[in-house]
Amino acid sequence: MNEPFNEHGSAAAESLAIGTVRHVAKLARLRLSDQETERYRGQLTSILGHISKLSAVDVAGVEPMAHPLAMTNRFGADEPAAAMSLDALLMNAPAVEGRLLAVPKVLGEGS
Amino acid sequence: MPTSARVSPAADVAARARTEAVLARIERFNPQLNALNEVLADDALERAAQIDRDRSGGLLAGLTIAVKDNIATTEGHTTCSSMMLKNYRSPFEATIITKLRDAGAVFIGKTNLDEFAMGSSTENSAFGAVRNPWDPSRVPGGSSGGSAAAMAADLCDIALGSDTGGSIRQPASLCGVVGLKPTYGRVSRYGLVAFGSSLDQIGPITRSVRDAAAVLQVIAGVDAHDSTSADVPVPSYLESLDEPIAGLRVGVPREYVSEANDPSVNAAILAAIEVYRGLGATIVDIDLPLTDLGISTYYVIAPAEASSNLARYDGIRYGHRATLAPGEDLFDLYAKSRAEGFGPEVKRRIMIGTYVLSSGYYDAYYKRALQVRRLIKDEFDRAFEHCDVLLGPTSPTPAFEIGGKSDPLSMYLCDVYTVNTNIAGICGISLPGGMSASSLPIGIQLQAKAFAETTLLRAARMFESATEWHTLRPSL
Repeated sequence: MNEPFNEHGSAAAESLAIGTVRHVAKLARLRLSDQETERYRGQLTSILGHISKLSAVDVAGVEPMAHPLAMTNRFGADEPAAAMSLDALLMNAPAVEGRLLAVPKVLGEGS
Repeated sequence: MPTSARVSPAADVAARARTEAVLARIERFNPQLNALNEVLADDALERAAQIDRDRSGGLLAGLTIAVKDNIATTEGHTTCSSMMLKNYRSPFEATIITKLRDAGAVFIGKTNLDEFAMGSSTENSAFGAVRNPWDPSRVPGGSSGGSAAAMAADLCDIALGSDTGGSIRQPASLCGVVGLKPTYGRVSRYGLVAFGSSLDQIGPITRSVRDAAAVLQVIAGVDAHDSTSADVPVPSYLESLDEPIAGLRVGVPREYVSEANDPSVNAAILAAIEVYRGLGATIVDIDLPLTDLGISTYYVIAPAEASSNLARYDGIRYGHRATLAPGEDLFDLYAKSRAEGFGPEVKRRIMIGTYVLSSGYYDAYYKRALQVRRLIKDEFDRAFEHCDVLLGPTSPTPAFEIGGKSDPLSMYLCDVYTVNTNIAGICGISLPGGMSASSLPIGIQLQAKAFAETTLLRAARMFESATEWHTLRPSL
């Protein structure tokens, strides 16, 4: 595992490794050209460098705040209601066969 | 005629005639400004004629509304100014659209935005940059730049925006109009295309504080379709709007009048302090030392939420699908469709978000940002023990030149005074508050605690009543 913050408390002081950028693009399901990958390496390094200011804040014992509202589960009434029609659900589909979404083969040869 | 919320000499004009006049202005000025992605002329004229015929509609009867193109409407497209959703037509409409229609609104068109609401200039649009009506060589701000430009150029009576880190207030500031970001949960997000789900709110961009209050009156409230909409009663925002608040305490954070601001922005804030003092308000010095950490916190949380929300665009059920070459598989379909469908800024945010959420970095970035988020919220809570509203700039500068901020980080830093409102989930409003030396509008921002929109709007109305900035118009 790479250590995001160095001993001086600043993250990403060095440029991100190109392999890291490629790995993130893969996780994000984005096909990037070599030129884009290189551009994002520079930009992400600069942005993460700025973000590293956070490492200087004393957050010991602070409860993370994922949401501004004090939320509790809200349950709807358990009553049947009309669902969206199939036509409405399929109206924006890029490829349809009959009443189904068409997708490329998911399983490879011999699977 | 039904009563109109708009304080305008045209308020008693029939809806049809009013709609025709707005459509004529759109035809004349939109080719230059590029504020609207789509004009809904036929639907609007039909709706206006119906309102005239039936004398129907409520608070907003016959008023034309321009809707940011990331809010789902069944009329026209909902594109988010993205190639990904270029042809997308929503099979359902946002809750606020239903509410506005019931109040008599006439939807005039869909406004341009930074793709998926990611940006501060409306240059990141697949359909081209929006131009500022005050100076077409400059940006209108963003991401609701199309809505703000349309409002400033009178291409609508009212515009709708969304605000994740300043996207209503900053363009309102740069275009010389009013922009209100309600408290998180005050307005249903159902039908707002998700960007940062713990930050996003819909709100109005208007000519006056009264119009903003009228729109909020219509769109506020709990919604069964949005479990994060707050079950908090909606007060009457209009009833007390013109009553000045006796003993108003205006907090001025010392971090907000900064050397990093354009001098004209600081001058506007100092002048606004004197306006409030003249109105009998008490000015309170406030410290918000975490202000500067807002950008770092926001640019972890918002991209993290965006990378998760935008995972839905996979080329399968809706949106752009790439053509596969022989031998390419399902992974390639996802990666290629997303590469072709998203623009550079959206990809950049997805990359940042994916990075900060990835294994090994989550605690150092995402968890830490959520901890700082709480510290920022606590800091606001303490400030509001000493004041009713916080006064400061909306944007550190007036409108900048198109192409003037090519480095992404320099663009992100524009949001320094607006992101913390969303991080804490409180409410804020930008008001016309000055003019720069080069005759560009400058906005001042007021912030108030969660669900204190009544106080926020009344304090804003006090300033508006005492100044003339909101009466200025760009010469087109």
